[in-house]
Amino acid sequence: MIGSIAALGAGLSVIGAGIGIGQIGGKAVEGIARQPEAASKIQTAMIIAAALVEGAALFGVVVSFLGLK
Amino acid sequence: MYKSSILKLKIFTLLRICAVFLTLNAFSLPVFSQETLKEGVEKKFEPSEVILEHIADSHSFHILGNTSVPLPVILYTDKGFEVFSAARFEHGKADYVGKYYTYRLINDKVNIVGANNTLLASATVLKLNSSLIDFSITRNVISMWMSILFLVIIFIAVSSAYKKRQGQAPKGLQSFMEPIILFVRDDIARPNIGYKYRRFMPLLLTIFFFIWINNLIGLVPFFPGGSNLTGNIAVTFVLALITLILVNLNGNKHYWKHIFVPADVPVWIWPLWWVIELVGIISRPFALMIRLFANITAGHIIVLSLISLIFVFKSLYIAPVSVAFVVFMDVLELLVAALQAFIFTLLTALFIGSAIEEAHH
Repeated sequence: MIGSIAALGAGLSVIGAGIGIGQIGGKAVEGIARQPEAASKIQTAMIIAAALVEGAALFGVVVSFLGLK
Repeated sequence: MYKSSILKLKIFTLLRICAVFLTLNAFSLPVFSQETLKEGVEKKFEPSEVILEHIADSHSFHILGNTSVPLPVILYTDKGFEVFSAARFEHGKADYVGKYYTYRLINDKVNIVGANNTLLASATVLKLNSSLIDFSITRNVISMWMSILFLVIIFIAVSSAYKKRQGQAPKGLQSFMEPIILFVRDDIARPNIGYKYRRFMPLLLTIFFFIWINNLIGLVPFFPGGSNLTGNIAVTFVLALITLILVNLNGNKHYWKHIFVPADVPVWIWPLWWVIELVGIISRPFALMIRLFANITAGHIIVLSLISLIFVFKSLYIAPVSVAFVVFMDVLELLVAALQAFIFTLLTALFIGSAIEEAHH
C-alpha cells in the first residue's frame, strides 16, 4: 500500500516537471525561431531553467523513494 | 551499387552492436539467475531487491559473470580498529568472529551481533558517537580511486604535451581535450563568473571532468565500471558541500551586505529576510546534490528494470525488446552523463558569479 502511494507521488511530481520543462522548451524554440542569432544564449538560459524545474521534481521523487522504506 | 554497400555496412554495424550487448547481458545472466535459484527451490524473482542491490555500495567488486573480488573491511569500534577481508562473510552467509565482536553482513551493511543473535549495532558514518563506524574500502571507493587515476594520467599527458608543443597545433589526446576545456572556459566560466573567472577554472574543470568520467564509468556494466559513484548521495553531498563552502568563502562585501543589511527593506523585516536568505544559501547546493544523485540513480534503475523484465516474464522472446530498450536508454544516459556534469559545473559557476558580482549602481 505504502509502495503504491509512493509511486503515485513520484508520478505526480513528474507531471509537474513535464509541464514545466515542456513550457520552457517550447518557449525557447519560439525564441530561437524568432531570433536565431540569440540561439546560444537562449539555450543556456533554457538549460538553467530546466535544471531548476527538474530539481524541484526530483525532490518529490526522492521523498517518495524514501517513503518506500 | 555504392548505396547498397553503405546500407549493408550499417546493418552489419547494427548487428555487431546488438551482438556485443547480447553477450554482455549473457555474462550478467548468472548474477540475476543466482537470485532466482537458491538451494534448488525456485525463489520468486524480486526486481526491486536486485536493482537496489546493484545501485547500492558493496563490500565486494563484481568483475564479470560469477567472479567478484572481496574488498577490505575496516571498522572502528568503541574498543579499537578491526581490519579483515569481506571474503570472511562468504556473501553474507557466515558471521565473522573478530578481535572484539562478532560481525554479520546484512544487506551489505556490517552489523555487530551479540549472543542469541541479537543485533547490537549497525555500521554508520554519520553518528560519531556510535559504537561501530565503517571506514571500509568499498566498491565506490575503489571506483573513485580508479577514476582519479584515469584523470591524473590523462591530464598529466595533456599538460606535458602543452609544454612540449608550445606554439604548435595540438596533437593526439591533447586535441581531444582542448575543445572540452575551452568549452568549460568560454561557455561556463566566463559568461557566468565574469572577468575574475581565471581563479575558479581549476575547480570548475575538476568538477566537470570528475563528474563526467564517473558518470561514464557508471554506465559500464563490467569491471572498470559496475559501481554507481555519482548515484551515491554521500559523493554528491561532498561535491555540493565544496560548492557551498567555496561560494561563501568567496562572497564579497556586496554579497554579504545583500544578505545582512538589505537596502530598501524595512528594518523590522530583516530577521525574516535573514531566515529566507539562509534557506536560499543552503537549498541551492542541496538541489545540486539531489539533482546529480537522482538523475544518475534513476538512469541505473531504468536500465536494470528493463533487463529485469526478461526474468519477470521468464521468456526468451521478451529479451530482444528489452535489449533494444536498454541500448536506447544507454545512449540516452550517455547524453545525461555529459549534461549532468555540465549542469553541475554551470550552476557552480553561476553561484560563484553571483557571490563575487560587483554592485552596479
